[in-house]
Amino acid sequence: MAGSVLSIKDLEVEIEGKQILNGINLEVKGGEIHAIMGPNGTGKSTLSSSIMGHPKYKVTKGTVMLDGKDVLEMEVDERARAGLFLAMQYPSEISGVTNADFLRSALNSRLGEGNEISLMKFIRKMDKQMEFLEMDLDMAQRYLNEGFSGGEKKRNEILQLMMLEPKIAILDEIDSGLDIDALKVVSKGINEMRNEDFGCLIITHYQRLLDYITPDYVHVMMQGRIVKSGGPELAQRLEAEGYDWIKKELGIEDETVGQEA
Amino acid sequence: MTTETKWAFDQEYITSFSKEMNEPAWLTELRVQSLAIAEDLSLPRPEKTKIDKWNFTQFEKLLVKSDIFSAVDDLPEEVKALVDMEAKDSSLYVQRNNKPAYLQLSKEMQEQGVIFTDIFTAAREYSDLLKKYFMTAVKSDEHRLTALHTAFMNGGAFLYVPKNVQLNNPIQAIFLHDDAEANLFNHVLVVAEDNSSLTYVENYFSTTGKVNGLVNIVTEAFAGQNAKIQYGAVDTLAEGLTTYVNRRGIAGRDARIEWALGLMNDGNTISDNLTNLIGDGSYCDMKTVAIGRGEQTQNFTTSIIHFGKNSNGFILKHGVVKDSATSIFNGIGKIEHGASKSNAEQESRVLMLSEKARGDANPILLIDEDDVTAGHAASVGRVDPLQLYYLMSRGISKHEAERLVIHGFLAPVVNELPIEGVKKQLVEVIERKVK
Repeated sequence: MAGSVLSIKDLEVEIEGKQILNGINLEVKGGEIHAIMGPNGTGKSTLSSSIMGHPKYKVTKGTVMLDGKDVLEMEVDERARAGLFLAMQYPSEISGVTNADFLRSALNSRLGEGNEISLMKFIRKMDKQMEFLEMDLDMAQRYLNEGFSGGEKKRNEILQLMMLEPKIAILDEIDSGLDIDALKVVSKGINEMRNEDFGCLIITHYQRLLDYITPDYVHVMMQGRIVKSGGPELAQRLEAEGYDWIKKELGIEDETVGQEA
Repeated sequence: MTTETKWAFDQEYITSFSKEMNEPAWLTELRVQSLAIAEDLSLPRPEKTKIDKWNFTQFEKLLVKSDIFSAVDDLPEEVKALVDMEAKDSSLYVQRNNKPAYLQLSKEMQEQGVIFTDIFTAAREYSDLLKKYFMTAVKSDEHRLTALHTAFMNGGAFLYVPKNVQLNNPIQAIFLHDDAEANLFNHVLVVAEDNSSLTYVENYFSTTGKVNGLVNIVTEAFAGQNAKIQYGAVDTLAEGLTTYVNRRGIAGRDARIEWALGLMNDGNTISDNLTNLIGDGSYCDMKTVAIGRGEQTQNFTTSIIHFGKNSNGFILKHGVVKDSATSIFNGIGKIEHGASKSNAEQESRVLMLSEKARGDANPILLIDEDDVTAGHAASVGRVDPLQLYYLMSRGISKHEAERLVIHGFLAPVVNELPIEGVKKQLVEVIERKVK
C-alpha cells in the first residue's frame, strides 16, 4: 500500500491580524522525510501549528489536503485521527492525568469504540517503546509532561509518535534544547518509524539533527514562504555557510515575518 | 429574663432528650446553655457569601427512626460500594440518619486500647475523656451555628487513639442520610495522643434525592505531640440540605494533620476547615476539591493559623463551577507573632465551565512575624485551550479532553484517599457532576 499524501497549496495564515505565512506550497508523501530549515521568526512553527489546527492561527487562504480530504475543515482531533501528528515545541503540562492514561485514551480514540486496545497489550507496547527510547519506566505513571525536563518532554513526544503511528508526522524543533545523547535517542525513534507508509516533516534551524536523520528533501523558509528547496546537500551547505548566501541570492534583507518593528 | 423560644426545640425538650440518651450532666448543661445563648449570637460571616437568609434554624424533626444494620452484608449496595469488603481486620462505623446503625472494630484497635464508637455511647461510657475535648477546638459560643450544634447534636462518632499507638489500617465512618425528614447535627471527635497515628475517612452520603432539611456538622481533630492524623472526607449530601460543616484541627508539637476533603454536596453549603498549628514544628496539609452545579451557592473557607515556630501549612484548593452555581474559595494563611521560621503556602484554582457560573478565589495572608516565608497562587478561569489543543492533537475528542483535564484538576484529593471504594466513589461523583 502506498503511503499518504499531505498536500499544502498557497497557504496563507495570520495570527491576531498579522499575516505570517505568505503562500506555502509543499507536498509530503509516505516514505519521504522533508526538512524545513530557516532562521528564527520566518514562519516555520506557524506552518506546523496551522496544519494541526492551533486555535490561535487563522488560515486566510489556501488548502491543506490529506489523501484528498480537506484538513482545514476538520477539528483538531479529527485531523489526528485522519493520520496527522505534531510533535510540539512546547508540549502542554496536564496535572492529574498520567502519561499512560493519556496515551491509552489517545490510542483508543484512534482505534474507535469496540476496538480498544487491551490494558495488558497497551502496557507491553508502551514499555517496549519506552525502553527503546531509553526512558525511565516510571514516567508512564507521572502526570503528563508535568515537571518533565526539556529533554524528557521531547522524548515523550517521540514516544507518542511511536505509540500512535501516524501517517504523516510534523516535528516542530524536536531537537531544541537536547544534548547530544538525547538527540541520538530521539533520532533513533524517528528512524525506527521510517517506512513506506510514514511521511515526516522536520522543522529545525540546526543542521545537527539532520546528521542523524537524512532527509530526502530540504526546504528553506524566509518571510513566510519556502524560498529554496533541494536535497540533503542543501542542509550541508547551510551548515557550512549559514543563510546569508540565500538572502543575497534572493535579494532578501530581513528574512523574518510579522515581527514588531 | 424572658426569652422567646424561636427554636424548633426548647430547653425542656433538649433536657429530656439528653436525659433519655443517658448523657452526663455536664453535657446536658452544655446543651442547655448553648441553646440559651444561641439567640444572642450572630451567624458566622463567611467572606463574600451572604447567608442571613439561609435556613439554619427551622426544622421539623430532631430525631427520625431508622433501623440498624445487623451485619455488613445488610448494608445497602451503594454503601457497600464504599467499604472494602475484602479487607481483613477493618473498622467501620455506619450511622443511619441519627441512628448508630453498625459498628465493627478491628483487632488491631481493640488490642491497643483504641476507642471508636458513636458519640452517644462515648458520652455515656467515656464521659471524662469526651469532656476534655468536646467543643474545645470549636467553641460553642463562637456563633449561632456552633451553639445550635451543641444544643441539638443528634449523631456523630468518637475516635480516640492512645499514646504511642500507630494504626495501620484506615478507620471508616459512613453517615448515611436516607430519610428525607432527617436533619443532621453531627459531631465527630478525633483524638490522636502523643506519638500515635491514625487515618480516618468519612462519607456523608445521601440517597434521598431532593429534600428540605439542614445539616450542622462539627469535626474536632486533636493531634498530640508528634502525632499524625490523616483525615479524608467525601461529602455528597442531597440537594435541599442547607449545610454548615466545620472541620477543625489542633496540632501539637511536631504533629501532622493532613486533610483531604472532597466537597461534593448538592445543596447550599458553608464549609469551614481550619487548623491551628499550636506546637513548634507542627505541620498541616489541607487539600480540598469541590464542584458547584445547578443553582447552588457554596463557600469554602480553608485556614491554617500558625502559632508554633517552624510550623508549616499548605493549602491546596481546586474547584469546578458550572451551570448557575456560585462557589467562593477563601484561603487564609495566618502567622501569629512569635511563630518564627514558619511557612504558609496556598494555592487556589477555580475552573469555570459555564458563562453563568460564578467563582472566586481569595487568597489571604495575614502575617505578624518577620522571620517567615509565605506564598500564594490563585486563578479563576476556563479550561486552558492550549491543553485541550494538545490533547485533541492526539486524536482525543474535545469532550474527552475536557473530561481528562477536569479529572486531573480534581485528582489531588482523589489520590489522597486511602480506601479504594471511597476513592472510586469520588471519581464517579466527579464524573456524574461535571458531565
